[in-house]
Amino acid sequence: MALDRWIALIFLVICLIYGYAAFHYPLLPFERGMAFLPNTQPMALSVLGVVVALVILFSRKAPTDDEDLGGIDIDEVRQFKIGQTLGLVAAMVLYALLLRPIGFLAATSLFIAGCSIVLGERKFHVLIPIALVTALVIWYLVQETLGIYMRPWPWFIDN
Amino acid sequence: MLDGVIAGLTTALTVQNLIMVVAGCLIGTFIGMLPGLGPMSIIAIMIPVAISIGDPAAALIMLAGVYYGAIFGGSTSSILINAPGVAGTVATSFDGYPMARKGLAGKALAVAAISSFAGGTVGAILLFGFAPALATVALLFHSAEYFALMVVGLSAIAAFAGTGKVAKALLMTIVGLMMATVGESALFNAPRFTMGIQDLQSGFSFITLAMAMFALPEAFHMVLDPKRSRRGQPSGGEIKDLMITRQEAKAIAPVVGRQSIQGFLIGVMPGAGATIASFLGYAVERNIAKGEEQEEFGKGSIKGLAAPETANNAACTGSFVPLLTLGIPGSGTTAILLGALIALNVAPGPRLMIDRPDIFWAVIVSMYLGNVVLLILNLPLIPYIAKVLAVPRNYLIPFILFFTLMGSYIGQNNATELLILVGLGVCATIMRFADYPLAPLLIGFILGGMMEDNFARAVNITDGVSFMWERPGTLILLIVGVALIFLPAWRRRRAFARQRAQVRKEGVADGD
Repeated sequence: MALDRWIALIFLVICLIYGYAAFHYPLLPFERGMAFLPNTQPMALSVLGVVVALVILFSRKAPTDDEDLGGIDIDEVRQFKIGQTLGLVAAMVLYALLLRPIGFLAATSLFIAGCSIVLGERKFHVLIPIALVTALVIWYLVQETLGIYMRPWPWFIDN
Repeated sequence: MLDGVIAGLTTALTVQNLIMVVAGCLIGTFIGMLPGLGPMSIIAIMIPVAISIGDPAAALIMLAGVYYGAIFGGSTSSILINAPGVAGTVATSFDGYPMARKGLAGKALAVAAISSFAGGTVGAILLFGFAPALATVALLFHSAEYFALMVVGLSAIAAFAGTGKVAKALLMTIVGLMMATVGESALFNAPRFTMGIQDLQSGFSFITLAMAMFALPEAFHMVLDPKRSRRGQPSGGEIKDLMITRQEAKAIAPVVGRQSIQGFLIGVMPGAGATIASFLGYAVERNIAKGEEQEEFGKGSIKGLAAPETANNAACTGSFVPLLTLGIPGSGTTAILLGALIALNVAPGPRLMIDRPDIFWAVIVSMYLGNVVLLILNLPLIPYIAKVLAVPRNYLIPFILFFTLMGSYIGQNNATELLILVGLGVCATIMRFADYPLAPLLIGFILGGMMEDNFARAVNITDGVSFMWERPGTLILLIVGVALIFLPAWRRRRAFARQRAQVRKEGVADGD
């Protein structure tokens, strides 16, 4: 089965779960008499979604099996740098988890430096200053100029 | 009226006010380039500064500069790194980014600047002429018509879907509409479908979704396939072809003409605004383009870039009609400007034009001045702005990732939002490989909330769905919406039939 049908199948499951939640929506007592209910549109959407997902799943024309995948050759996919990409995804997740505890400046400079290293940058004398300066400049811009609060330092420094 | 215009001009053209507009444009452009900070947030941030200036005219002139600067800045990030920071520039990235990848970043930015300028100019002229008359027409639009307008906007997805992708585009739209129902809404009493997750209480955030659907898949794709990022800068980041040829100017002139009028009219209706104007503008131009040109849409068509850029700027100008004549802000940005006006002791409304003609015209003139200054200021800057693409890949990608993270963090100040962003971004990347169009999801999400609100209101007022055929305006719009879905299929059939007939006749088809 081609990738796009697998995705249609996943969407079908999502629509069914969403539909279940919509049809069993706990209405408040006074809502029952209203002309338009909070679950009116969701119910319609779930039905439509199931129908369209089924159309994609069972349409006769075999899609993209032998064609290219969104502009890329199947052979090229094998040469994809999946490791690097997963490394970047991990870096983003770490950034999300560490931003609050270790503060904006440390998290950002580590993130930029880390991503560059994952991508194969090895000129540390360029990399480290760039990461530090970016973190400082962006922090200054966001916090001091725009007035949006960003906690700069780690948790053990009171700020 | 002429006295008012002259008074407005003399106010706007003093040295102090010219400095204000230049400063405003620069600030707006540079902050607007950061995804996550659209015109709305930048104006909100600049209001305290504006108020401290004291003089209402000078303050408004600076805000006008910031506004136009921010819109241009938003288009810049859409074109250069496929990261539309504002809903109104999502359509800009459809063709702007492919152009940048072809090495035409400079030209794309120039087209964007010029078509925005043209849209703003036509919008301003229409504003001069028809503001009072249009205000009465806008009042004829009720929730039923708004609902129908949203349906038209959604069926415009037929224009985004390529051959054989209509079902996928529809599915993505429906998923977008479903995502829009998550969280609290204005009409109902409890948050819906949050699965008990506290952070979903206020729903998905637009910025997070936009970043996850556009910027992240692009960045991941560049990593996965290193050839792709190299292909993006064929001339080593050198900016060539900044000039628009006469032929290209000829091609976009009718687009600009049509879209500035259409965009303005959509902008006049409160609540519709620049976003719908840009999507509809793109859809309409794609549908009336012929044969080969239509194929070009989505792959770097100069028309496809000019259409949404013109329409969204014209609509921005149009949204000042209800603000200035009725005191009703038609969009988020005008709502914030309304706040600024009130803080500056100016109350917009039907009386404004009669009581304070100087202010009324100063606002309009300063809006236009912001547009002119932006063009003069930014055209020479374009080669430098486009240099962003010349940053080495090992640094460009971390920066894009960082700005997407920042974009969704600044809006919500919530670290869970970042995890949602990464999760959706990974899903979007996989969907992109399976040839699922991602734009419809975002469009469904943006229009979903508005559509449900208006539909609910219409149903509540008429106690049923009879408004769909009883109100002529609604009926016409709904018919247009349905027609839009079937138009591409019909055109393809016609083109196919014609091609066959021609092949039968002479063996060679020379196109449409």
